[in-house]
Amino acid sequence: MFSWELLVDAIVLGAMVGCFYAAVSIGLSISFGLLDVPNVAHPALLVLAAYGAWLLGDFDIDPIVAGLLLMPVFFVLGVLLYRTYHETFEKRGSEAGVRGLAFFFGMAFIIEVGIIMAFGVDQRTVQAFYIGKSIEILDVRIPMRMVVAFAMALLLSLALTFYLSKTFLGRAIRAVAQDEGALRLMGADPVAIKQWAFGIATAVVALAGALLIIVQPVEPTLDRAYIGRTFCVVVMAGLGSMSGTLLAGVILGVAETIVLTMFGASWAPAISFTLLLVVLGVRPQGLFGR
Amino acid sequence: MTMQGLGQRIGFWIGAAAFIALAFAMALVIRNEYVFFAGFVILQFIVLATAWNILGGYAGYVNFGTSAFFGVGVYTAVFLLKAVDAPLWIQILVAAIVGAALGLGVGLLTLRLRGIFFSIATVAITIIAETLITNWKFVGGATGVQLLRPPVTPPFDSYIKMLFVIAAVMVVIAVALARHVQNSGIGRGLRAIRDDEIAAECSGVPTLNLKLVACALSGALMCAAGAPSAMYLQFADPVSAFNLNYSVSALAMSLIGGTSHWIGPVLGAILLATTQQLLTVTISSEVNVLVLGVMLVLFVVVAPEGIIGLVRRVWRLVRRGTP
Repeated sequence: MFSWELLVDAIVLGAMVGCFYAAVSIGLSISFGLLDVPNVAHPALLVLAAYGAWLLGDFDIDPIVAGLLLMPVFFVLGVLLYRTYHETFEKRGSEAGVRGLAFFFGMAFIIEVGIIMAFGVDQRTVQAFYIGKSIEILDVRIPMRMVVAFAMALLLSLALTFYLSKTFLGRAIRAVAQDEGALRLMGADPVAIKQWAFGIATAVVALAGALLIIVQPVEPTLDRAYIGRTFCVVVMAGLGSMSGTLLAGVILGVAETIVLTMFGASWAPAISFTLLLVVLGVRPQGLFGR
Repeated sequence: MTMQGLGQRIGFWIGAAAFIALAFAMALVIRNEYVFFAGFVILQFIVLATAWNILGGYAGYVNFGTSAFFGVGVYTAVFLLKAVDAPLWIQILVAAIVGAALGLGVGLLTLRLRGIFFSIATVAITIIAETLITNWKFVGGATGVQLLRPPVTPPFDSYIKMLFVIAAVMVVIAVALARHVQNSGIGRGLRAIRDDEIAAECSGVPTLNLKLVACALSGALMCAAGAPSAMYLQFADPVSAFNLNYSVSALAMSLIGGTSHWIGPVLGAILLATTQQLLTVTISSEVNVLVLGVMLVLFVVVAPEGIIGLVRRVWRLVRRGTP
């Protein structure tokens, strides 16, 4: 049954979910969008961070604080990951494509199975004072957990946009994305900058993982659903565009929520992937393509 | 054709005939059903890895969607069984045709998408296909469907043994096709695409046609490999039919064996699938996926040419050592 009320509900909730999708994709927007690293392990790292937040939850640590605590750890993890990728694939040059992809695909599987073996396949949730309550905005009931995730997501995207456009290192990262060779001619070391940027991207994933477990219960194979969502958002945004990430996230969020209310949950997994295929087919450079 | 080429061809077909004869003899002599239960899976993975390598290894397009083709194969068989009660060979044949058609679709994607974009698109196809099947009530929907095996025909005394021999025949067909592709102009063209697609196109290599051929062949073999799986398990559900483990396995087996020669995926599949069978029985199915992932990462980092590359390196050392 079609009703305007349901549609408005879906759009409002979808926009909030969408900002959350932007937050979980923004790390990929840097690592894949700006640095051209085929980081298919990104969603697995996301779920790993969510489990980190769950573990810290045992010590009565708020998930967001846990996410912040995990950031330095993930920064180091990201640096190590990029170092390995660079030494083994980027340096060798040709054929890096196939094997680099396989490398990250394999890493994703190792992380996923590692989580299963360590914590089992059960769904995990966290406790916090804002989880389980809801508020009303514009006559629409919205769970508090969504509001918290939404606010954090906005904050994160704004902070990163600021970082990439106003600070010295942020501009250096964008420069490396535009022309690596030119950077080398200027006497800068593109590899060091990319390593730093990949660290930042992975650190952001730590916080995004904390948001993930606030928004929904996590299980080890959840990363598969987020392959579609994160890549859909990043590709639709146009590689490396931060403001585009936010808009693309909202488009995906609204589309998912509308289909969910109209056709039911069994169609949900295909939406992000269908949208991704459509974008790839019709406008591969994305909304704000460079 | 040179004398050496002819000799190799005769040798290959004698080997293939001996292989099928061996499988047939095993089915007649060995009583323990478990041998065939495990053997079928190993043979199935040889077909999948060989099929993956036609596109991924020769042409350099990384297909993460092996499970899409496999699952579509499984469900083609389920549909034919439920709709017209079709015999097994028809299920396999139709699955191969459906797979070729789906492969052509994937091939058209390569017009615009390369590298990681192509790979992600194949994941997308997997999830979309899985969702469609999940919502299709006729073939069981999300809960899956129970299937009944028809009575077995002589000379076989059990259905699983017959499936084993059929899988052996499929292995020979898959390897023969891969070998033909590798040694013919198709293989040379695909390798040119892998090394530099634009340069290949400029030199007059019909890149699109070659990619379409590779995708269709690869897809047909993967779907055909999936079809007997329905009868093997006597059950089909979307989650296990479209399991991403098939994708990572096919890719890992090819890369670990070595992608430059048809023997690579065969070796990789035998090695990994056998280890997997042993691990699943003795430890757990999680451990075997972990072993697969670790082996894949280790090999692409340490031995990018796979087992073939290692053997070649050792061979060169040996020859240099004995002047």
